[in-house]
Amino acid sequence: MVEYRIDRHSGVATYVQIVQQTKQALRLGLLRPGDRLPTAREVVEATAINPNTVLKAYRELEREGLVEARRGLGTFVRRSLGAAPADSPLRAELEQWTARAAAAGLDRDDVAALFTAVLDKHFQGERS
Amino acid sequence: MSDTALGATGLGKRFGRRGGWALRDCGFRLPAGRVCAVVGPNGAGKSTLLALAAGLLPPTEGRLTVLGTTPAAARARVGYVAQDKPLYPQLTVAETLRMGADLNPERWDAETAGRIVAAGPLDPKARIRSLSGGQRTRVALALALGKRPELLLLDEPMADLDPLARHELMGTLMAEAAQHGTTIVMSSHVVAELEDSCDHLLLVGDGRVRLAGEIDDLLAAHLRVSGPAEKAGLDAHTVVEDRVTGRQRTALIRPAGPLGDDWRAAEPTLEELVLAHLRNPQAPALTTAPAATEESAA
Repeated sequence: MVEYRIDRHSGVATYVQIVQQTKQALRLGLLRPGDRLPTAREVVEATAINPNTVLKAYRELEREGLVEARRGLGTFVRRSLGAAPADSPLRAELEQWTARAAAAGLDRDDVAALFTAVLDKHFQGERS
Repeated sequence: MSDTALGATGLGKRFGRRGGWALRDCGFRLPAGRVCAVVGPNGAGKSTLLALAAGLLPPTEGRLTVLGTTPAAARARVGYVAQDKPLYPQLTVAETLRMGADLNPERWDAETAGRIVAAGPLDPKARIRSLSGGQRTRVALALALGKRPELLLLDEPMADLDPLARHELMGTLMAEAAQHGTTIVMSSHVVAELEDSCDHLLLVGDGRVRLAGEIDDLLAAHLRVSGPAEKAGLDAHTVVEDRVTGRQRTALIRPAGPLGDDWRAAEPTLEELVLAHLRNPQAPALTTAPAATEESAA
């Protein structure tokens, strides 16, 4: 089960934050096919956001084919996302690279900037 | 069953025959199932509007329908928590809830009311007079939610609460809306407090409705633009606010068509939208559909 964290000052629409965090959980293998997403009631009780915001996010995830709503049962994961689960070798390599970057004196922002620049170069025209 | 929780036409309220108008010429429609923020400065008429909807005050002019009927006829289906959270100080918490059960024999939900009080945590044997403002708010909300209302009217519900209780009770309210489709109307003069929880806005200023509609629609109808100070070309649009600071001109507009080149434009935040309208009382009111389609007499 995922737990959503809403950052009110991020400038990212709340429903987009839920979509992104769900996708992140799918990419990391924290959510797998067949898993149930929390109900709108559960999400709003914990986050105090508007129920329609949660439903809007779930509709978006459904439109992308990632989840499906089953009447009276809840919303379930249909497929996982990406090929980089938390325990993949790629992640281990990135960990090593990040450690080397830190050892070389780069701070968090330097690393993020470098990483984003490389991402942009390799995935031109694709939106995150 | 009506799909309109609140509908107002030409609604006005004047206190005393020579008093000023607390509300004047208000028209809006709130669809059922929404969580609506009633926002405005102190003295704007928010409390008057909620008291009218609760059936506690008669309108001086115009018409207000509540859940498809008159405010008086809808009273059993409406929960109302006034700003001063009136409760009987000599009763205990448990006695107050028992009173709620006695007054609402058909509808009372003891489990919900009990859960809200217990989350305080509040001692059921404590007398109301011994409670803090925030604890009283909790009891008043328990009483209102225990009634299992279709429409919940809350006047400044969060004012007395600490941040933790505020978040928790707002979560409880949202859970109620999610599970039962309860329409919630809550007032505040702090926009940020309500921004994430509400999907509908009623901005009241100086006794009039300035903005009414779905928050997403209202935001989408406006643009915050900026450009060089000497730049013209906003005349075609409705300008809510227009300011020049040094070499920069910034404005909040309702675009009527494509914007000229080299204006930087972005959707405003809810707070920017509200503040711009309150700073500029002469800006025309805006009611976005479907709030604009006033329902025929129900």
